[in-house]
Amino acid sequence: MLAFLLRRLVSLIVTVWLASIVVFAVLQLVPGDPALLMLGVNAQPDTLAALRGQMGLDQPVLTRYLQWAGALARGDLGVSLTYARPVAELVAERLAVTLPLALLSLVISTALALPLGLLAAAQRGRGGDWAVLGFSQLGVSMPSFWIAILLILLFSLTLHWFPAGGFPGWTGPGWGGGIGPALHALLLPALALALPEAAILARVTRTAVLDTLAEDHIRTARAKGVSRTAVLLRHALPNALIPVATVLGLQISFLVAGAVVVENVFTLPGLGRLLYQAIGQRDLIVVQGVVVLLALFVVVVNALVDIACALADPRPKGVSS
Amino acid sequence: MSTAKQRFTLAAAAALALAATSLTATAQPRTDLVVGMALEPPHLDPTAGAAGAIKEVTYANLFEPLLRVDADGKLVPGLAERWTVSDDGLTYRFTLRPNAKFHDGTTADSADVKFTLDRARAADSVNAQKAYFAPISQVETPDPQTVVVTLSRPDGLFLFHMASGDAAIVAPESAATNKQKPVGTGPFKFDRWVAGDRVVLVRNPDYDGMKPKLDRVTFRFISDPAAQVAALKAGDIDAFTLFSTYEALPEFRNDPKFVVTVGSTEGETILSTNNARKPFDDVRVRRAMAHAIDRKTLIDGVLYGNGVAIGSHFPPHREGYVDLTGLYPYDPAKAKALLAEAGYPNGFDTTLRLPPPPYARRGGELVAAMLAEVGIRAKIEPVEWAAWLEKTFKGKDYDLTMIAHTEPLDIDIYARPDYYFNYRSERFNALNDELNRTQDPAKRNALYGEEQKVLAEDAVNGFLFMLPSVTVQKAGLTGMWVNRPVQANDVTGVSWK
Repeated sequence: MLAFLLRRLVSLIVTVWLASIVVFAVLQLVPGDPALLMLGVNAQPDTLAALRGQMGLDQPVLTRYLQWAGALARGDLGVSLTYARPVAELVAERLAVTLPLALLSLVISTALALPLGLLAAAQRGRGGDWAVLGFSQLGVSMPSFWIAILLILLFSLTLHWFPAGGFPGWTGPGWGGGIGPALHALLLPALALALPEAAILARVTRTAVLDTLAEDHIRTARAKGVSRTAVLLRHALPNALIPVATVLGLQISFLVAGAVVVENVFTLPGLGRLLYQAIGQRDLIVVQGVVVLLALFVVVVNALVDIACALADPRPKGVSS
Repeated sequence: MSTAKQRFTLAAAAALALAATSLTATAQPRTDLVVGMALEPPHLDPTAGAAGAIKEVTYANLFEPLLRVDADGKLVPGLAERWTVSDDGLTYRFTLRPNAKFHDGTTADSADVKFTLDRARAADSVNAQKAYFAPISQVETPDPQTVVVTLSRPDGLFLFHMASGDAAIVAPESAATNKQKPVGTGPFKFDRWVAGDRVVLVRNPDYDGMKPKLDRVTFRFISDPAAQVAALKAGDIDAFTLFSTYEALPEFRNDPKFVVTVGSTEGETILSTNNARKPFDDVRVRRAMAHAIDRKTLIDGVLYGNGVAIGSHFPPHREGYVDLTGLYPYDPAKAKALLAEAGYPNGFDTTLRLPPPPYARRGGELVAAMLAEVGIRAKIEPVEWAAWLEKTFKGKDYDLTMIAHTEPLDIDIYARPDYYFNYRSERFNALNDELNRTQDPAKRNALYGEEQKVLAEDAVNGFLFMLPSVTVQKAGLTGMWVNRPVQANDVTGVSWK
């Protein structure tokens, strides 16, 4: 097991290192000068040179890579060229929007999907089942940004229950900020993200519960006189949760990707929009930092899944490979 | 029974009183404002960046230059309450407001002005308009309230340039941190910045000039056109400036809750042409293109009619404007004849590069279709802003492109030898030199007129239209700028009815 973990760790480090080289190299090839973008069309050559010096862009490419990668290895993401603030600070600020948004939609989609899936399984072939299947068909086929627009039309423009977008901030001296207003601003976007996820998850739950219901131990339980509802909740659901949890885990990365699109529709200042703006402004330090962090996130999640599978595998350890 | 009746009367009276107070509460005009903008400023230091959004938040609200440009484009006092210019146009004497203070409590005096001007023209300056400060040879401070600026050569636009956001007066104590925590002398001070979403300014209680009516101004940044419309309709924002979702305007015009104003910016939108590259080095080809473009259709298609045509590189709302829109009337037959005369009877192939703004992407399609009518087959190449600056502007590697030149009074760009138009004209350069030596407004306007005629005759670029300044605002809001003589959202005179 130790050897396995070590192998995973080495491949993790190599992957992130390769990602850092690729993103750095790509940004060197893309046309665009951050200094020229900052100073615009009337900038004089000497002014541009002065700003490039300030930004450290006058150094040779290799020196710049080594400086950036060296700092990165020490956990220092550098300072943004445009915002003139530490990248770690910028990322933390944006994660404070993206993570709660993803989490909130995860909670909403699970809270919707489990009861719906159970209901469909219990009512197989009858009205409830058809209703749930219909909802999930609709949810799967509508992209989240489209749902987002519909939600804005109904809840913001017609009913005026929610703001049409924007984010007041988690803290704030009265001016509309604070936990209440922040959650209020996140609820519609979270719902837009959650509905398609819930649709998929409800289907998976239905199938998983039906599969479990067909198994021998369920028939035994029924034969022993346990009621239908009790069998469903006590015996079928816990067993069905394993495939559901697997799909849920897979959906997390989709949720983060979907968050980027929904952030744009609701003009939420999340990580996706930070990356998008930074690319437009050629804020190389921010782009590099965020991409490496995202690569690290994906690699770590994959590693955790692998380790979990290895642990859960009932076959004897150390037999093969 | 009677007690019950009494209780009822009491309750009714209390309810009435409550209703009355809530009525007076709503009758009280609002003192806060939420302004929508399409782009977020990268930072908030107007002396270290060209992004229009920086000035749209800070100009006149947070930072004050020596002079200010008002809603009509006139020069009015800023940090300097008065000024004199010597007869030779070389010595400017500014007298500052006696009690001006920075938001951090330090006094704003002549030493700060000297610091600001010297910093902007220093060798390591990163001022986007460093050229504005180039004529300065010396800045003296005889007393805390007086600044004497000596120029090495006369500059007819010097006062105008000193009224730009790039010349905002900053303090040595805060200059290094203005990007994140701006400290100016204006009637509003910085409160907070929720990055990616909003900047909040609050009234500066210690301001020594006219105090604004608003006590809190929030600038919200919404780039998505559909989200802009939604935010307005939901009532989340009170006004959206430089609104460019023109197709949504009829809806707002028909809604009594909103007021739509259409003014002009300083943005001459042109079909920039590489005058050094074949076949555009032939004036007949450039004139043929001018005849091929139907500005009316273009303005209808791109701006939904909310724009004014131009015939040269000068805004119609400024003194000194000469109407040259009739010089090359829309005439495809004439365009074809000119092309044949220049040796292209079957037209030619070329590339039209388009930066991201909607006016360019949409306008470019129409221009390409119009050029195709006369045989000029323009391949459209959409690029992002960074690539446009690098390849087109800096690299001058292009045939045609479409862009709005938003700097005010920027006709002098045609005199720059290394500018991306690759245009060289002795006649124009001579006029520009004379303009720089001239102080008299009437003579200056006459020279501006001559310059416009030279550019139109040479058909340097395709002169298309002025980019409009469209504001959608809630009814009851007064004092918002209609025109945009400088890049600014000056809300110091805004109030609710």
